[in-house]
Amino acid sequence: MLRIDCPCCGPRDHDEFRYGGDASIIRPAHDDPDFEAWYRYVFVRRNPAGSHREHWQHVLGCRQWLIVERDTRTHSIASVALARKPAPRKSAQ
Amino acid sequence: MNSNSKRLAKGGRIDRGRPLEFSFDGSKLAGFQGDTLASALLANGVSLVGRSFKYHRPRGIFSAGAEEPNALVTLGTGGRREPNLPATMLELGDGMIAESQNRWPSLAFDLQSVNGLFAPFLSAGFYYKTFMGPTRRAWMFYEHFIRRAAGLGKAGMEPDPDRYELRHAFADVAIVGGGPAGLSAARAAANAGARVALIEQDFRFGGQLLSERPGSEANAWLEALGIELRGLGNVDLMARTTAVGIYDGQVLGLVERRDHAQASGRVRQAFTILRAGAIVFAPGAIERPLVFSNNDRPGVMLASAVRTYVNRFAVLPGRRAVVTTTNDGAWRTAFDLAAAGAQVTVADLRATLAPALQAEALRLGIAVRPGTHIADLRGGRALNAARLAGSGAETEVDCDLVCVSGGWSPTVHLTSHLGVKPVYREDIDGFAPGPLAGGQFGAGSVVGGYTTAEAIETGHRAGIEAAAYCGKTKPVPAALQFQSTDLPAAAFRGVPPARGKAFVDFQMDVTTGDIALAHREGYQSVEHLKRYTTLGMGTDQGKTSNFPALSAMAALRGATIPETGTTTFRPPYTPVAIGALAGRAVGHHLKPTRRTPMHDWHIANGADMLEVGLWMRPYFYRGAGRDVNEAYVAEMRFVREAAGLMDISTLGKIDVQGPDAATLFDRVYANGFVKLPVGRARYGVMLRDDGVVLDDGTTTRLGEHRFFMTTSTAKAANVLSRLEFLLDTAWPDLRVAVTSVTDEWAAMSVAGPRSREVLAAAFPTLDVSNEALPHMGLIGGEFDGRALRVIRLSYSGERAYEVYVGASAGEAAWRRLIEAGQPFGLRPYGVEALGALRVEKGHVAGPEIDGRTTLDDLGLGRMVGKRSGFVGDVLRRRPALAEQDRQRLVGLTCVEADARLSGGAVLFKQGETLKGHGCGRITSVTYSPTLGAYVGLALLAGDVAMGDEVVAVHMMKNEAVRARVVSPVFLDPQGERLHG
Amino acid sequence: MRHYSALSILRNGLAGHRHWQRAWRAPEPKRSYDVIIVGGGGHGLATAFYLAENHGIRNVAVLEKGYVGGGNVGRNTTIVRSNYLLDGNTQFYEFSMKLWEGLTHALNFNVMFSQRGQIVTAHSADQLDSFSHRANVMRLNGIDADILSRDDVRHLVPYLDYSETARFPIHGAILQGRAGTARHDAVAWGYARAADGHGVDIIQNCEVTGFLHEGERIVGVETAKGLIAAGKVGLAVAGHTSVLGHKAGLELPIESHVLQAFVTEPLKPMVDQVVAYGADHFYVSQSDKGGLVFGGNLDGYNSYAQRGNLGVVREVAEAAIALMPCISRVRLLRHWGGVMDMTPDASPIICPTPVDGLYLNGGWCYGGFKATPASGWCFAHTIATGRPHPLNAAFSLDRFRTGRTLDEAGVGPFAWLQ
Repeated sequence: MLRIDCPCCGPRDHDEFRYGGDASIIRPAHDDPDFEAWYRYVFVRRNPAGSHREHWQHVLGCRQWLIVERDTRTHSIASVALARKPAPRKSAQ
Repeated sequence: MNSNSKRLAKGGRIDRGRPLEFSFDGSKLAGFQGDTLASALLANGVSLVGRSFKYHRPRGIFSAGAEEPNALVTLGTGGRREPNLPATMLELGDGMIAESQNRWPSLAFDLQSVNGLFAPFLSAGFYYKTFMGPTRRAWMFYEHFIRRAAGLGKAGMEPDPDRYELRHAFADVAIVGGGPAGLSAARAAANAGARVALIEQDFRFGGQLLSERPGSEANAWLEALGIELRGLGNVDLMARTTAVGIYDGQVLGLVERRDHAQASGRVRQAFTILRAGAIVFAPGAIERPLVFSNNDRPGVMLASAVRTYVNRFAVLPGRRAVVTTTNDGAWRTAFDLAAAGAQVTVADLRATLAPALQAEALRLGIAVRPGTHIADLRGGRALNAARLAGSGAETEVDCDLVCVSGGWSPTVHLTSHLGVKPVYREDIDGFAPGPLAGGQFGAGSVVGGYTTAEAIETGHRAGIEAAAYCGKTKPVPAALQFQSTDLPAAAFRGVPPARGKAFVDFQMDVTTGDIALAHREGYQSVEHLKRYTTLGMGTDQGKTSNFPALSAMAALRGATIPETGTTTFRPPYTPVAIGALAGRAVGHHLKPTRRTPMHDWHIANGADMLEVGLWMRPYFYRGAGRDVNEAYVAEMRFVREAAGLMDISTLGKIDVQGPDAATLFDRVYANGFVKLPVGRARYGVMLRDDGVVLDDGTTTRLGEHRFFMTTSTAKAANVLSRLEFLLDTAWPDLRVAVTSVTDEWAAMSVAGPRSREVLAAAFPTLDVSNEALPHMGLIGGEFDGRALRVIRLSYSGERAYEVYVGASAGEAAWRRLIEAGQPFGLRPYGVEALGALRVEKGHVAGPEIDGRTTLDDLGLGRMVGKRSGFVGDVLRRRPALAEQDRQRLVGLTCVEADARLSGGAVLFKQGETLKGHGCGRITSVTYSPTLGAYVGLALLAGDVAMGDEVVAVHMMKNEAVRARVVSPVFLDPQGERLHG
Repeated sequence: MRHYSALSILRNGLAGHRHWQRAWRAPEPKRSYDVIIVGGGGHGLATAFYLAENHGIRNVAVLEKGYVGGGNVGRNTTIVRSNYLLDGNTQFYEFSMKLWEGLTHALNFNVMFSQRGQIVTAHSADQLDSFSHRANVMRLNGIDADILSRDDVRHLVPYLDYSETARFPIHGAILQGRAGTARHDAVAWGYARAADGHGVDIIQNCEVTGFLHEGERIVGVETAKGLIAAGKVGLAVAGHTSVLGHKAGLELPIESHVLQAFVTEPLKPMVDQVVAYGADHFYVSQSDKGGLVFGGNLDGYNSYAQRGNLGVVREVAEAAIALMPCISRVRLLRHWGGVMDMTPDASPIICPTPVDGLYLNGGWCYGGFKATPASGWCFAHTIATGRPHPLNAAFSLDRFRTGRTLDEAGVGPFAWLQ
């Protein structure tokens, strides 16, 4: 199990969460008509083997969307923060 | 019955006061409490216990632990039948019924042992080179026989009657292995203040110390430690529990066996998910066999296992023993055998031996042959003699037991599960765990601590460090040591030359010849070696064969052991019953069952229920007809002619509040919502970011800043998460809160020309007049002290109202409506009728919103007009989504009277060859009682015009039906029934 | 290449197996090749074989970072089927099926292709309708398909759960009789041996670390064994396409995810067909060795670790027992993970790329094994001619821009995000 240290609820198994994918791609403004921006947002992924900033939602807990920094090779988690607050918080370990 | 002929008169950790009866292949045998099935079989003189996988060679008990390759048995019958269990791991129980496997007609006389005669042609991978002809499908003919010959035990085909349990557990320090290292670690960590879980697969703690002679200091140490650990109060002593896998986040998967206390209805096995702060790995080591001709004969056993049988179980497996070894450690087996009365010869591959060993051997009357190996063994189902070769002349020694030791391999399985490759250590000539992650510590053999003193010391240190990692740092008393009689286990890697069949993997029948062949053919990577020869792929996963095989391959390649590497260690460490992994989530408990507040009423009133996702919904009511086809048409009639009542509680319901709520809807729905007046509802369609239609539903404005949103049953959870995602990550400036209220509200739809009268009769205090409650209007009220909302919405095309009431009052409101509606002809209707009513009206649902259709495909483009800035707007303009000839929603009717349409039919243009993907498909079909004919909705290529004829081909029904393309709205196209 | 046959086994057996040759050579790389295929998995090896066999291009190297067949071709659940719905997919996978039917002979290597049939259970009338639609499309495209009633299913696979307590009762099923399984390793080895027989150099332990450019064009690769020039370079490294694609300057619509696979202890025959559970994520077949081989859903987050987590292990076990209650006492022997290239529409990519000289084969999601022969055939054609074969024309990179996606399940870009 990935153990995600939810800022609201504490460390929980990842199956309490919903995965939301790459958090480093910025969603264009809702009224941005730029096709290229939307195409890249929806389809293009850097997909790194290494550190990955990603969204997770604590659906079976506080329902907050989080930004988790995780290594895709080892699954080790470097930080977890609320998506609403951009500055990441280093996790306890 | 030759009961316990090989049992020693005294000693052993068995309870002679508690005899147990068991049977093996029908013979009734006896053992004692404290025996394993293997020790009891040996005590009874049973030497032949199984047959090998490929050549069906006779095999005996080889080990005393989880590494057992040979002694696999089947327990139980019927639904309790369980094959492939190593006898060495089975705690003997009274009445245990064990059977040997992979033999026919009997273990002693196995016809398939003729395979051995063909062995020259059954070399590794031979099947890749033959069985190719004469025809293309010839393989399936050969395969039929190969499959029957393969496999080991036979599984039961009935459901398992027993129960399994899932436990969620937490500990500061989890310790894997309850031998001297693990016990010492537990003592240290617990004294430091940590909550400790000590995990041991055996039914006794002590590991190799359990194999020390009775009355040794080891016994006293074990007892003292047991008392201390039990007294500490913060140590969970988990015996009969195997740590089968380690997962991310310091999570261990544990299987606890409770079979020994099996009683009907009790939990057979428990699976524990243990989340630890830190983990100490103290799993010990597994002895390596030696590879020589016919080294697989019954009577050949690991030296340490023989010592276990002699000392722990008071069984003397043989009276004339040859101990062949590459290290000092195995000499203790020779000494203990001699002390127990056996005649012993030691054939040590090393030319120079320690004088102390020789002196002790002399004292015990043991014959010593330095620089000697076993060249071959004689015997079939039992051993007769060993031919010794080496420094002296070749001699033959009569024997009924051969004890082998090629050194030891630390148990690196668990520490490798997270992808950390084990590393070769020259000093122990074996693989040790690779660099461990933070919070993980090794103790005992895995850190090279082979002696008891080292195990205790490294365990002690690991315990302190692991506790400190969890912030537990109370002072710890010094490690508790004792004087053990260990001999060094470090081995010299001797490879005796082999002439006949010398087995590396006993269970899979892989020989040195197979490894040489794999090498010759280029299958030289250890993974190729494994896959080509099937080495290590048995139930033991190569626990004893891994190192001998890779060192043989290294020698053939002229490479070092680290260059050769190992195959990947994967969970589980030992096989796990799938039932244990599933726990209680079986049968009806696979997934939660969601029931609406009116569920009991539906059941009591003849509803045939249907699973819709996790929900149970009324399919149809048996009062309306004998089967669904009869009933749904009758139910449609009630709705079209009088009134019907439908449970719609499964709709997703979301409460949306905040000053920017209208803006949120304006962005997430493709059609506009800002101008929706308070007290009015609107139908809305959502797109995905890629411009394809996601879901539809209605949203009602309850107040300036408050909305009540519904979604389809299927998409409820996803839509809510999506809204939360957008608000949390993309639009944090919008002041809106969204909350799921799906379970808080019961919902029912009253539909039909007389629905208003029903509503007025049921809720006389409400003003439901057309003026007070027009189409798409809302009124609020109270029912039974619970909030009530009535929204005038129609899915069926009739005048209809959705009634929402607090869930606890749902059934009461439903009953009230049923009673009040009776005079007006109101009847309940189910999802089949609901689906049919919407087809008549041309409303799209799941079959049309299939995740590939656009607004224009579904005829919903007009709702959007020239709006922009909503989710999915930019990518819906991608060229292929905007093409004119895309498949669009149309209606279909039959050209010929009495014909019927079938859902799933593929549509072809008139004159088109009936091949390929056609020009569309029928998505939904219903019989329309109003029109007296079948009507259907279809997605059809845009270049087919209204009024054209198409052919609907349903290959499964052998049908080709002529259909006419019409408007998808079959009934009341002006929507007159909705208003007024 | 020496011919394999029963006779060759007899002859070699009598000679103590001393005369077998290497299945494929172990050459040192040449300085230059007409075509370099990066990735010695099933698809890469098949591509090399068909480049030589169909197009006469024999100056070809396959570069493999580890051992051939060590990626997903050697860690999948070995199912072969051609039951696809959408125009483009249907024809491609059926072409692959036809190649499978002749593969053992084409390669002179027994890939043990066994057309045991695949059954997918249906658990509602609606699901059975949608299976009927699929079956109609299959039949109309010349592919065998049958719809089974509950009784038919019960007759074929009596050990499934037909009891009152079944959470999702079985209504029927779709059957493809020609579907089945193959021995996965044999596919990699068979293609390797046959490609080698045509002169293709298969170079193991030769990781590609970068690309050589001449202007905008890729003209070779940097490897663990030095620089190697190439007229054309084809990437067939599914699972790691993004990593290598990034080095070559490609921006790709791919995420890497872990899919787990499972095998039980060897058992006497109990599961004859491939059986898939239509109500949840579980599919099972029995290998010739006797192990039940099964799988479930993705672990559900980006990963390059070839291992999965406990949650999915348990979910798969639950679904397994829900479908076949008798599996409860069968013991799981091993579970492992493979890294999947997941594309937004869950369909693959085989096409020329915007980078001159570079061709891409990837995005196989969890369906790559069955596609191996057709994928190699079409990728070889694409590389040899510079243009897609009609069968892989739909598998372009630009379909996400144009909207011409092939979303069989209709769940939208990257299903787990929807």
